[in-house]
Amino acid sequence: MAANTAIQKNLTKTTTRQHLDSAVVRFAGDSGDGMQITGGQFTLATALSGKNLATFPDFPAEIRAPAGTTFGVSSFQINFGTKTIKTSGDEFDVLVAMNPAALRVEIKDLKIGGIVIVDIGAFSKRNLRKAGFETDPLESTFLGRYRVIKLDISQLTLDAVADLGLSKKEALRCKNFWTLGYVFWMFGQKRQTTQDWLHSKFATREDIANANIAALNAGHALAETSEVLDGFQGYAIAKAHNIEPGLYRTVTGGEALSWGLAAGARLADLKMVFCSYPITPASPILHALSNMSEHNVVTFQAEDEIAAACAAIGASYGGSLGVTSSSGPGVALKGEAIGLAISTELPLVIVNTQRAGPSTGLPTKTEQSDLFQSVFGRNGDAPLVVIAARSPADCFDAAIECVRIATKYMTPVILLSDGYIGNAAEPWKIPDFDDLDAFPVTFRTDPEGFHPFARDPQTLARTWAVPGTPGLEHRIGGIEKHYDSGHISYDPDNHQKMTDTRANKILGVANDIPEQTVESGPNHGKLAVLGWGSTFGPISRAVSNLQARGVEVSHIHLRHIWPLPRNLGGLLGGFDRLMIPEMNTGQLLTLIRSEYLIDAQGLNKVSGQPFKIHELEEAIEARLEDVK
Amino acid sequence: MNSIMPPTKLTAKDFATDQEVRWCPGCGDYAILKAVQKTLTDIEATPENTVFVSGIGCAARFPYYMETYGFHTIHGRAPAFATGVKLANPDLDVWVVSGDGDALSIGGNHLLHLLRRNVDLQFLLFNNEIYGLTKGQYSPTSRAGTRSPSTPKGSIETPLSATQFALGAGARFVARGIDSQQKQLPGLLKRAHAHQGTSFVEIFQNCIVYNDGVFDDFTAKSVAADRQIYVEHGQPLLFGADNNKGLRMNGDTLAFEVITIGEGGGCLEDVHVHDETNRNLATMLAQMSEPGLPVATGILYCNPAPSYEQGLAGLMETAQSSGDINSLLRHGHTWTVD
Repeated sequence: MAANTAIQKNLTKTTTRQHLDSAVVRFAGDSGDGMQITGGQFTLATALSGKNLATFPDFPAEIRAPAGTTFGVSSFQINFGTKTIKTSGDEFDVLVAMNPAALRVEIKDLKIGGIVIVDIGAFSKRNLRKAGFETDPLESTFLGRYRVIKLDISQLTLDAVADLGLSKKEALRCKNFWTLGYVFWMFGQKRQTTQDWLHSKFATREDIANANIAALNAGHALAETSEVLDGFQGYAIAKAHNIEPGLYRTVTGGEALSWGLAAGARLADLKMVFCSYPITPASPILHALSNMSEHNVVTFQAEDEIAAACAAIGASYGGSLGVTSSSGPGVALKGEAIGLAISTELPLVIVNTQRAGPSTGLPTKTEQSDLFQSVFGRNGDAPLVVIAARSPADCFDAAIECVRIATKYMTPVILLSDGYIGNAAEPWKIPDFDDLDAFPVTFRTDPEGFHPFARDPQTLARTWAVPGTPGLEHRIGGIEKHYDSGHISYDPDNHQKMTDTRANKILGVANDIPEQTVESGPNHGKLAVLGWGSTFGPISRAVSNLQARGVEVSHIHLRHIWPLPRNLGGLLGGFDRLMIPEMNTGQLLTLIRSEYLIDAQGLNKVSGQPFKIHELEEAIEARLEDVK
Repeated sequence: MNSIMPPTKLTAKDFATDQEVRWCPGCGDYAILKAVQKTLTDIEATPENTVFVSGIGCAARFPYYMETYGFHTIHGRAPAFATGVKLANPDLDVWVVSGDGDALSIGGNHLLHLLRRNVDLQFLLFNNEIYGLTKGQYSPTSRAGTRSPSTPKGSIETPLSATQFALGAGARFVARGIDSQQKQLPGLLKRAHAHQGTSFVEIFQNCIVYNDGVFDDFTAKSVAADRQIYVEHGQPLLFGADNNKGLRMNGDTLAFEVITIGEGGGCLEDVHVHDETNRNLATMLAQMSEPGLPVATGILYCNPAPSYEQGLAGLMETAQSSGDINSLLRHGHTWTVD
């Protein structure tokens, strides 16, 4: 190694890197090629170098799909730059294709003139056939519009680790780090964080750590010393300068949501009992919280989705904050139990990391199609609060808000995330927990005048009396309760009163949430684009791009799906046209049309992929053409 | 908390609520309610620390009649709710009341996992071999041939044995009682309460409206002594009106056979002695139902193992409730922007 290093130093080019404002890189390979780890390490190095970024992990449902197939392609996309980054990017500047299938699937979104790095070692006849190539695309005009870097990464990796005593299989597993080293050089990124990570990840297998580091260094060295492409001397992206000062980290939506729940429980001064059943793409939350017992978090992997919801409700009944988490199919199973929590008026947070449906649908692909399920999906008149997070980091604040409302109003609250923001990462300015407003829960202890459905006249929340409290012994259940005693009641007028009370309690939450503001643009005018959840990034960028070109358009983004903000109807009424982009077939659209009798129009996409900025720009412009 | 002191000794009446009991007149549930209230008195339970959790069905109304905390939940899921209550507060004394449909049909999965986890609570299964609240359909414990509104020509299904199910699921305490046996029932419930872990108690309960007399073949006064055996740890498995019948292990068939002491060479030494810690023995006792063998009641199995709560306490031991959220948010890679 020492000798090689010396040679490299001699050969180091005097580079004049090309400066870019931002760049999009997509790593694509087999689901066993380690593309998610590669992307994660590239993200970390990028973040620590002080750039803005957004990522998009995009992987198949199969853990190890048959090798070389197009449906087994696993990809990781990162958009990073000096400017503010709002999405993972429409098109890539650089595509890494570890095999023909990855090239086949991903090439369509490579910019014309963009760079594609291919591992020709994986371009066997068999792999070409599996990817549907009749002829070798590297030998045809297939890649004519792009700049192609052909490398036998497999062989180069084997060479790099040849002396380290690994089996061929183990050695080939280092391919992704060889590639990462290569791409690190292209963008002038440092390798140190990855080297540190490998040492800690393979603390007990030093040989593996060393081999991966050798591969990483070899990839980097080859890029540095060889003529990558005619005249190409690498890219340089300056540090972001518009970032607010402070302490930062990267977070995925799953992490931020887990930490937000723990922070919320602490602010409420409650133990959290988190009950879940594994399901894609919600499981990262279960994993994160399972390692947080020192933060007064108990996790329970239940026998099924129903038991998870029921145990969480049981825990709330017992005086903890019960939380359950799933994705759409699992939330469907929890429906009856959520109805009981509504009827018994117990706090409960239900997290739904949405995925494409119906039924099993596309488990690893994102969608926003559980809005109806959240707002309406239960038997009986069963109102609850629905809140949607807009970005990975926003999951933290949204989770705290859910805990606040659930405990203050004694109600289930559904928190909507989705597969995109759940897995995607972005930089996050870490808040100081001590700056957050606490909302400690007070349990009822006074037997004087007690009955379990005695209400706070302001919030209409019932009193929370927990087992273990002398003198407050009581029985609750799913049968209708008498308004004045909490005893079972089959009285028709009482049922009307209780149904109205439950609805009014939830509607009253609108008085306790901020008025809706306009994200950007004037608060009245020709066209407003109304979004919710993870469409925030693309809508925000599309609208600001159009505004920069002098187009008059506003962006409004909802966090509170139910109840809706109290001023929303008036605000929307100030625009001639209202466009609602959603990754479903028009669910918020239907809600808004029915609530406000506004002739809103949808823009709907259910391809399992987030909106692209240009799709939104084109649709907004077309809508404005209509107005003329 | 508050300064109200419970009276030194509560009576069964103190555990009854002011709610009108709405079971059919003559229902076996009344007797069980009485036995449970007596048990709570005997064990000097504190009402505020006692929680009754139920699902759906006639039996599930039980919590409304107990002057303790109570949670009437949804069909089949009481074990999951009860587990949640214990996760929140392991110190509470939790009783789950269920029926054969609730526990073994819609809620079979939850009961299975409750027993497997060994959550420290008492699970009472009122088995009347019928769906009562929905007006008389056959249940998973109904015998083959049971005629009901949904099986007018007789059920074609094989019934499930509740106690065999419990043993198969890994229960560490399995007992069986009969609603009408007021003498034995509180004793069984007391033992169930004393056991750490899930205590599973099946109680044969007569549904006077939809399945009246279904247990008469072994509970009717005329046959009870010869058709039932009340098992006690360390005692020979004797039964019969004259207490002269015994269960002998047949080494060839690995099954019990009935012998009569002093007849055909039958002697007391041959009678098997009950060992409640022996799971194989418990399984054999649980499956005795065919004619010729008595139905076993009493504590079939009691062999404690660490409860779920004990395991959880171990996991949480290192946990400090004041873990710093700021350090949680700052662990791993961070960077400062000036």
